[in-house]
Amino acid sequence: MRTTRSLPRWVDVAVLPALNLALALLLSGAIIKLMGESPWQAFKLMLSGSVGSFDGLGYTLYYATNFIFTGLAVAVAYHAGLFNIGAEGQAYVGGLGVGLVALWLGDSSPWLVLPLAVAAGVVFGAAWAAIPAWLQAKRGSHVVITTIMFNFIASALMTYLLVNVLIKPGQQSPETREFGPHAFLPTADTVLAHFGISVGPSPLNAAFILALVAAVFVWALLWRTRWGYALRVAGENPTAAVYAGIRPSRVIVGSMLLSGALAGCLGLNELLGVQHRILLDFPGGAGFVGIAVCLMGRNHPLGIVFAAILFGLLSQGGSQLSFDMPKVNRDMVVVIQGLVILLCGAMENVFRRPLAWLFRRGATEVQR
Amino acid sequence: METYTVIVLLLAATIRVATPLLLAALAGMFSERAGVIDLGLEGKMLGAAFAAAAVSAVTGSAWIGLAAGIATAVLLALLIGFACITHRGNQVVAGMAVTIMVAGLGPTLALAWFDLGGQTPQLEGATQRFLGLTWPWANVAREHPVPGLLYAELISGHSLLVYFAAALVPFSAWVLYRTRFGLRVRAVGENPAAVETTGLSVTWLRYRAVMISGVLCGVAGSYLSTSASSGFVRDMTAGKGYLALAALIFGKWRPWPTLWACLLFAFSDALAARLQGVPLPLVGPIPVQFILALPYVLTVLLLAGFVGKAEPPRALGVPYSKSD
Repeated sequence: MRTTRSLPRWVDVAVLPALNLALALLLSGAIIKLMGESPWQAFKLMLSGSVGSFDGLGYTLYYATNFIFTGLAVAVAYHAGLFNIGAEGQAYVGGLGVGLVALWLGDSSPWLVLPLAVAAGVVFGAAWAAIPAWLQAKRGSHVVITTIMFNFIASALMTYLLVNVLIKPGQQSPETREFGPHAFLPTADTVLAHFGISVGPSPLNAAFILALVAAVFVWALLWRTRWGYALRVAGENPTAAVYAGIRPSRVIVGSMLLSGALAGCLGLNELLGVQHRILLDFPGGAGFVGIAVCLMGRNHPLGIVFAAILFGLLSQGGSQLSFDMPKVNRDMVVVIQGLVILLCGAMENVFRRPLAWLFRRGATEVQR
Repeated sequence: METYTVIVLLLAATIRVATPLLLAALAGMFSERAGVIDLGLEGKMLGAAFAAAAVSAVTGSAWIGLAAGIATAVLLALLIGFACITHRGNQVVAGMAVTIMVAGLGPTLALAWFDLGGQTPQLEGATQRFLGLTWPWANVAREHPVPGLLYAELISGHSLLVYFAAALVPFSAWVLYRTRFGLRVRAVGENPAAVETTGLSVTWLRYRAVMISGVLCGVAGSYLSTSASSGFVRDMTAGKGYLALAALIFGKWRPWPTLWACLLFAFSDALAARLQGVPLPLVGPIPVQFILALPYVLTVLLLAGFVGKAEPPRALGVPYSKSD
């Protein structure tokens, strides 16, 4: 997490991610070309499928909602110097909390069930992150490994609950019954229909607003509060933090709880907004996309919102692509995600050095 | 007698499940003992599984498939090495990235080349696959179940790659603890600066360790697609790379304990498959998910120091640069 050479801030925030994305797209284009399809055509199809129509845009923002939650989750831990790979499991278990409240109170007032569902998602998600956090803080177990293990444990737990406990009686597929109607988050198309605007159906729902609120909340917490400052200091320089009277174990547990809580909110979008029931593997890898989103968004909430929309665009555009190009399927999007993580996260120094060299030369020339 | 047969078959299944785990865990051991976190095990295995099945299907030779699997995994390992050793990138991120990229790339290329919905064609016969080898008198031994079945099912009947994996344990132990190279690998994972002062290249040592990891992941992946099953399917590693990592940690980064961890985890997997829906005396049917989650729970407990203590190599995950 140490920067090797300082770059102008706008280069670090805008040029580097753009360069990484461009290269990832270029490589993906080469793969599409290799498969005998036209990369340019694919690019146009992806764009028109994801932002060309209201329902396309709705799908894009619906995917983005999941990625904002998980991206913020990864970012909060990252600022504290921790790498939370467990957003997937935390989202899964958080969704259990959301779903249980919705199953229980879905027929009562929305003013009761929705706040409680949010609270349950937050608590369940945080609880699933609490054990790895506590183990890291008190026993020194590496949080990367324990959160990976907890992803698998979450998956086993949820499969057990859905297959044996929560399954709707007399049904084959491991899903719960549908939530009561008051636990549904309103979708954008129904809200717009109220105002007489008719648009195509899409899963975009009120959780998108909640995700944006969460982004502002995380920004304010990290950059405008004492707690956030302590967290960032501990992440930047743990030794200095100790001398400043910051207790590392508190930062570890606090940041991981918040991280898990944010991931746990994914269920609001996926379950209350779209599926209206708990089903197997509903996070669908969004926890891992969150890593890419966080890295690309430079760990900043604003950047994360943009990166999440970008990845939403890729997800929606990718599924559109698979309809129109028989040789390309949604897996292509996974390749792009992997490339972005590789280029933004692991190989950022590859670009940083030449860029630093370039900008230093530019600066000296100006001085002359 | 029936219980005896069940137990023998269970142990035979354990060996088959343990093989890719063991290969991947030993792969991770070389990388991590040299100080490079290996979260790319899953991806390297998956990439090798695809390459081995695809090449074996096209050329008709499992051996050429194996070579392609190894080459692919080594290339992926070199990519991780380039990012993490040369450019001192984040090792966790690099491994994750490669795994995610390969998870998409395998089915994408399979669809483009074979047009079978992201799979490779069905491999057939002993030329395209590594099938079980029947040892001398195995079929005769089978007629005298005690102890003949032990010989027929546990010693005989496995593919060449299984025996390779088994032989690899003492060989890795010898390399790691009895050779100059092994000493240097261990040193570079504990204190790279000290190694550098003796005039050795930390970079080159780590690259070699990472490439060994690639070779072994290549064998593990090829085993999955050309021996344990007959072709590549989407996500066929199904978390085995992470389970192998857990086994490596559970084995405290040592070859022999890692073998026992792999066998334990594989046994729980084989047991879960057999206990599916079978009621046990006193407790009734045990949910298989509990047995499947057991290796991960055990590893967390070990990491937490509740059952023994796993001490990772000291320089694990720390990029090395000469300047500081």
